[in-house]
Amino acid sequence: MAAGREPPFEILEHTADVGVVARGRSLAEAFANAAAGMFSIMTDLDRVQEHDGTDVSVRGRDVEHLLVRWLSELLYHFETDRMLYRRFTIQRITATELEASALGERYAPERHEIRTPIKAVTYHQLEVKREDGGARVRVIFDI
Amino acid sequence: MTTRAVNWRKLLRKIDDQRWELPADYKPGMRVPGLIFADERMLAAMAHEQALEQVANVACLPGIVGYSMAMPDIHWGYGFPIGGVAAMRAEDGVVSPGGVGFDINCGTRLLRSDLREEEVRPRLQELVDQLYRDIPAGVGQQAVLRLSRADIDDAAVAGAGWAVEHGYGLPEDLDVLESRGRLPGADPAEVSDRAKQRGLVQLGSLGSGNHFLEVQVVDEIFDPWAAEIMGLREPGQVLVFVHTGSRGFGHQICQDYLEVMEEASGRYGISLPDRQLACAPIRSDEGRRYLAAMACGANFAWANRQMITYWARQAFARLFQGPRAHLAVVYDVAHNIAKLERHRWEGREVTVCVHRKGATRAFPPGHPEVPAVYHGIGQPVLVPGDMGRYSYVCVGTDRAMAETWGSTCHGAGRVLSRNQAKRALRGVDLVARMRAQGILVRAQNRSLLAEEASEAYKDVADVVQVLERAGISRRIVRTRPIGVIKG
Repeated sequence: MAAGREPPFEILEHTADVGVVARGRSLAEAFANAAAGMFSIMTDLDRVQEHDGTDVSVRGRDVEHLLVRWLSELLYHFETDRMLYRRFTIQRITATELEASALGERYAPERHEIRTPIKAVTYHQLEVKREDGGARVRVIFDI
Repeated sequence: MTTRAVNWRKLLRKIDDQRWELPADYKPGMRVPGLIFADERMLAAMAHEQALEQVANVACLPGIVGYSMAMPDIHWGYGFPIGGVAAMRAEDGVVSPGGVGFDINCGTRLLRSDLREEEVRPRLQELVDQLYRDIPAGVGQQAVLRLSRADIDDAAVAGAGWAVEHGYGLPEDLDVLESRGRLPGADPAEVSDRAKQRGLVQLGSLGSGNHFLEVQVVDEIFDPWAAEIMGLREPGQVLVFVHTGSRGFGHQICQDYLEVMEEASGRYGISLPDRQLACAPIRSDEGRRYLAAMACGANFAWANRQMITYWARQAFARLFQGPRAHLAVVYDVAHNIAKLERHRWEGREVTVCVHRKGATRAFPPGHPEVPAVYHGIGQPVLVPGDMGRYSYVCVGTDRAMAETWGSTCHGAGRVLSRNQAKRALRGVDLVARMRAQGILVRAQNRSLLAEEASEAYKDVADVVQVLERAGISRRIVRTRPIGVIKG
């Protein structure tokens, strides 16, 4: 089965928390899809416009840690700048470094609903796997 | 999530109707046995989760003394279970951010008025609306207050006292807070800029998820003498119950130190059954730094609950005149914290680092840490239930001091996942249903409301009852909500 036919992400659920499994034809795409999955838990992405961009550059000790750092960085911008993102472009990714940009807009209460605010990215059942023709990542959030 | 099929009932040794031992030979690496407080029925429910496996994992941590304990409201958490209590020797034990949780000093505070339900009822909608307007939810909002980084540092050091100094409340409020609302040893230099930035926009806000402010009334009094000492005099007396913590500030501290500890665990040669148990020796540089940062998070939470208290008072004063509308603090307790405490262990005084993650301190009558006014009855313990039923006020006991490092439960614990709750309540107008029950609800986010419905939680009455039968904490008063504010 071609990886491209798989849904970009699925939402996992847990008694107290929620997570995402994201796939992509490359590690970059899987990371981008994980971010989209994370923001889709927080809000309806169809209502988010791509007005503003943020450049993100993070480092990790290993690829799992890099995933936690990447998503945490985006959450930080949500909490401190109230940014909601829907489009993610990973320009460069190695096992320990990532450069990307995220497009979205500032939260506007009249247009956006915050469904489930995510408070942290956890290491629980964290997984980054290279698959045939792509990659698959899994991450659980504290909400 | 996959769960290894384990027949827990067979593995656990029954001590009595409320106590179950998980033998230390259950899994290699366990240094002490597990001790689970539960009745037979609760145990059956726990068996579905990995929470008991987590009790065994915690038992593997260096320096753990006695038992790896679980309260009846235990459920699965990151690394440590929620509802877990573990004490580590100060000399050679470890401290673990996973044993505190993301929301450092998540906790509860109870305020009492001298108003009666029948006086408040006619203006309840107004009161709930006023509280909803005055108490920031702090989700997706602009900064609550104009604060500087220096303010955040000061609040992190002085806790509730910082808030009082800045006009949020009264000096006597501090007399009835756990640790007087200020943990010593807080060092803002050990807290990242990122945590401070998150704290800056969120100090003085309720937050989302299971956090709330409720207008409650005394529903039933179990011990009139102890209740009287707490100023809880008769059914129908109006109260305010607050449940919130250190918001993004505490979350970021936890996140930052999970990384520090993960690296440190490797360096100190600590082998861990789960990455989220990352820890370092209490006496190491990393351990000391985490405790200094965690104290900042705890103090931020105490300042936060103090500010919310002030706004709740303002809202009451707008609608009700006279001193009877004043909200006096009954008590304030943390239920996500690690503290260095003196305890008696095997006939000796020892210093241990008690991790309480989803567990509340429950010190006995006469303990020096218990405010003078409560010396005769023991430390009040505030146990929130779900928003549709009731909450409890309990007190700690000598037996808790001897057996659980002076600790008890913290709440009800979830039984349904958030999505399960949403599905179970599809088509139910929860606001209307609660209104019919006599409870008015205002929530910033209506879709989150179903996740917090009674159906999603265990019955907290069962939880507190097991602990009363076990002699760990005693029920004094049951309260019920009449107004609910959710972030």
